[in-house]
Amino acid sequence: MDEEDIRKALTAFGLIGLGLVLTGLLQSWNAALGVLNLCLISGVMALGLNIQWGYAGLFNAGVMAFTAVGGMTAVLVSYPPVVEAWQVGAGGLLASVLALVVTALVTGFVYRRLPAGRKRFWLITLVALLGYLVVRSLFGEAVQLIEAVNPARTGFLGGLGLPILFSWLAGGLVAAALAWFIGRISLGLRADYLAIATLGIAEIVISILKNEDWLVRGVKNVTGLPRPVPYEVELQQSDWFASVISWVYSGRLENAADQRAVLAELMIPASSIFVKLCYTGLFATVTLLLLVLANRVAQAPWGRMMRAIRDNEAAAAAMGKDVVARHRQAFIVGSAVIGLAGAMLTTLDGQFTPGGYNPLRYTFLVWVMVIVGGSGHNLGAILGGFIIWFVWVEAEPVSLFVMRQITDLIPMEPASAYHLMASAPHMRHFVMGLVLLLVLRYSPRGVLAEK
Amino acid sequence: MGVLLAGYEMTGGYGGPPILQDCTITAEAGQITVIVGPNGAGKSTAMKALLGMLELSAGRVELAGRDIGLLSPQERVAQGIGFVPQTQNIFTGMTVLENLQMGAFLRADDGAEIIEQLVQLFPVLAEKADQQAGALSGGQRQQVAVARALMNEPSVLLLDEPTAGVSPVVMDELFDRIIEVAKTGIAVLMVEQNARQALEIADRGFVLVGGENRFTDTGQALLADATVRRSFLGG
Amino acid sequence: MGGFENSLNALVLLANFVLVPALAYGSQLALGAVGVTLIFGILRFANFAHGDTMAFGTMVTIFCTWALQSAGISAGPLPTALLALPVGILATIALVLLTDRFVFRFYRKRRSPPVIYIVASVGVMFMLNGLVRLLIGPDDRKFTDGERFVISAREFKQSTGLAEGLSIQTTQALTIGVAILAVALLFWFLQKTRTGKSMRAFSDNEDLALLCGIDPDRVVRVAWILAAVLAVLAGVLYGLDKSFKPFIYFNLLLPFFAAAILGGIGQPVGAIVGGYIVAFTEVTATYAYKQLAVYLLPSGWVPDGLLQFLSTDYKFAISFIILVLVLLIRPTGIFRGRVL
Repeated sequence: MDEEDIRKALTAFGLIGLGLVLTGLLQSWNAALGVLNLCLISGVMALGLNIQWGYAGLFNAGVMAFTAVGGMTAVLVSYPPVVEAWQVGAGGLLASVLALVVTALVTGFVYRRLPAGRKRFWLITLVALLGYLVVRSLFGEAVQLIEAVNPARTGFLGGLGLPILFSWLAGGLVAAALAWFIGRISLGLRADYLAIATLGIAEIVISILKNEDWLVRGVKNVTGLPRPVPYEVELQQSDWFASVISWVYSGRLENAADQRAVLAELMIPASSIFVKLCYTGLFATVTLLLLVLANRVAQAPWGRMMRAIRDNEAAAAAMGKDVVARHRQAFIVGSAVIGLAGAMLTTLDGQFTPGGYNPLRYTFLVWVMVIVGGSGHNLGAILGGFIIWFVWVEAEPVSLFVMRQITDLIPMEPASAYHLMASAPHMRHFVMGLVLLLVLRYSPRGVLAEK
Repeated sequence: MGVLLAGYEMTGGYGGPPILQDCTITAEAGQITVIVGPNGAGKSTAMKALLGMLELSAGRVELAGRDIGLLSPQERVAQGIGFVPQTQNIFTGMTVLENLQMGAFLRADDGAEIIEQLVQLFPVLAEKADQQAGALSGGQRQQVAVARALMNEPSVLLLDEPTAGVSPVVMDELFDRIIEVAKTGIAVLMVEQNARQALEIADRGFVLVGGENRFTDTGQALLADATVRRSFLGG
Repeated sequence: MGGFENSLNALVLLANFVLVPALAYGSQLALGAVGVTLIFGILRFANFAHGDTMAFGTMVTIFCTWALQSAGISAGPLPTALLALPVGILATIALVLLTDRFVFRFYRKRRSPPVIYIVASVGVMFMLNGLVRLLIGPDDRKFTDGERFVISAREFKQSTGLAEGLSIQTTQALTIGVAILAVALLFWFLQKTRTGKSMRAFSDNEDLALLCGIDPDRVVRVAWILAAVLAVLAGVLYGLDKSFKPFIYFNLLLPFFAAAILGGIGQPVGAIVGGYIVAFTEVTATYAYKQLAVYLLPSGWVPDGLLQFLSTDYKFAISFIILVLVLLIRPTGIFRGRVL
């Protein structure tokens, strides 16, 4: 980073800070911190995508899938195990896994033993079909049993009951495994195929998460995930927090008639802000850590090689570089970072809602972040995450405000006024597309350009 | 008949250091002119310069006495230069007949008359008219490629290594056809790796080394020249 | 019931729930996939905005249909949307030509790598998505009117005396008919006309096409127009057959891509075959064969379950599995499309 970069970064982050302060003053500090926390998570997502796009030139159209498996992992790590569900269903699940393995083994055996030809093809098809039917019936039975266990509250296997912070690492690992699989089939072919394959895996991951209730309850959602930070109610009852608050507001408390009542009143919003600040601290630590790591990697021989490959794939291949292997590494590492961000997001929400994932918000918005922030520039990507998230969130109240002015100014029928108000939030899709196209064309290197 | 296509004192390359240095190439109507030289001598580059596929920092290119230096390759084709690239010189997914029709794309008519004439020269065109060009053998593909370029009735035909990768028998056959083409009054200019065989049919030869003219003479004289033989023709 | 009658019932059952729906859906996929593959063959990138282009054209058609309906104009037994179709097509042609002029042309002149086009198409997708939701909203819209059935299940049962009925909806018949007509016209254009041949030449070997004097701007323009026409046809037919919802249209990208790659990307014939294969696989894999078993098996043998290979929730998985298999086994697709 040279001086100009630092100046630009400071200005940009300063402006975001100003925006957050304004949000704090105009809306509430709670809202401002909420935006900041999501800015940090968005920054991490953008950082992950930047490793894929900025360094390796890979088009990942399935950011959403990696975010979602990160979130799923958060549930699987932190939620207490549902013992009864394990008791009734584990045997059946195990049996179906066994059946799957046996099918795979038999298929492999047939494949190796018989010469290639029509006979082998049909035999393999038959084995696979029979195997599938057995697996499916065993599996279906087990699933029915599991989902019948207290369906209103659980109806799934639950998780490991570990602290949720572990899931950040685990989420990254699960996302990396998924990336390994996708990379295996689509890297090394033309660039579009990775884009299409990732688009597909995103749809499938989401439909699995929505429909496999035994896994993470599907669209019934998992709520009440344990937190890595204190609960508001606990804070309000703790003595140390009370003394902190009374120290902060000492002036106001001195003049109050009923000091205890006023203190209790002050502690309610303060506790919620404190909780958000705790999250901010955690997310900021992770973001900084990842930024430092990513920058070191980028300057290391690996990063230089990645850029050399990206800028001239043919020349790099001619020099004996294993282009596909490097691409696979970048794809896996980037996906792991996105998975981590997904786990952080679910941690922050305290719940996992598969129905909430949609590709515009969780895939293509992250793309806008990277392109705007600066492809190939780690801090730039994080900055892009901040800018775009801020604009995305604030566009809604702003456009609602604008629409209200319009409907007030221009006399119109209530129906069309209602339509206008209802469609205001969709303006931001349009704006995001426009921003993406403008930056791509007129400033393709983004706010902070790679050197 | 005089010089039809000429590049005088051409200097230029692909953005980096110049590949051509003061290189002059001329082709006369009804004659076969070949450019030979070692690998990396700028033979194909010189041909591409004539076609306008690279920017020249110095020198000029003339077609029938008119400066065409500012024209794009497509405009030069329209002016009467036919070009057969070394590779990917046919539409593999289209039939032989369709390949020829694409060659006639700039013509006002559908080129049926030209096709009839070309069939005399390349009988394979009629035999395989409805076959996919990609399914033909190497020598047949080259004939289709040359015929495609001739559909526009060019006054100059540029051939970039037409015999690369074909067997000696096919090469002889191709050269025979090229002689026939030149007899119709077209100026044929080709870059060749098979220098000895090419010079044997050439009216004129340019030997390039390091992007500069080293020897220029008739094909027979070059073949007779001991230095040329020793250095470029393998003894 | 005799064995023969049971077999007949089984056949009718399959025709009613598998053959006819899959033919209609396959026709819609084929039209969309041909558009994707044409853009791929000429401009050489996977257009992520294709689904939203389709949504845009369908939206304009719906608006126009509403206007016609409120003016009391109808197409008799056929859906009014057919009359509105030309307006939707023209609007969409204007749209894609504008986006090409202001977005893609710039990268074409600079010969940018294909990934940059994909990113740009994501930008276009975002904008169109916003525009469509802004104008018509994100909700489900039904705009089918006219006669509902060509053959209704009840009539079929009455006239044949079978227990199973075969119904063919007007929209299904229309879809198949329009698709056949459109594809026939397209192939006539590509195979027989000068412009069509020049497009095939351009797709086959761009540099050589330029040397032949083929005008690249014209070829690109025609490719966009064809893609727009096919996209609107696919979108309106899909909407008539099922319903219009912007998000669903975006999601159709995956089966389109799967069909195009399966057939060999850049190959129109391949895209059509691919479209039908994807549709048939999807429908056969998610159909519950219980009733079929009832007809064909002795009564004691019929299993309890629905006899469904895959739940309908996973129909997109079919496209993906097909895609994965193609990429693993034969990346060039059935008809040897380009692969780099």
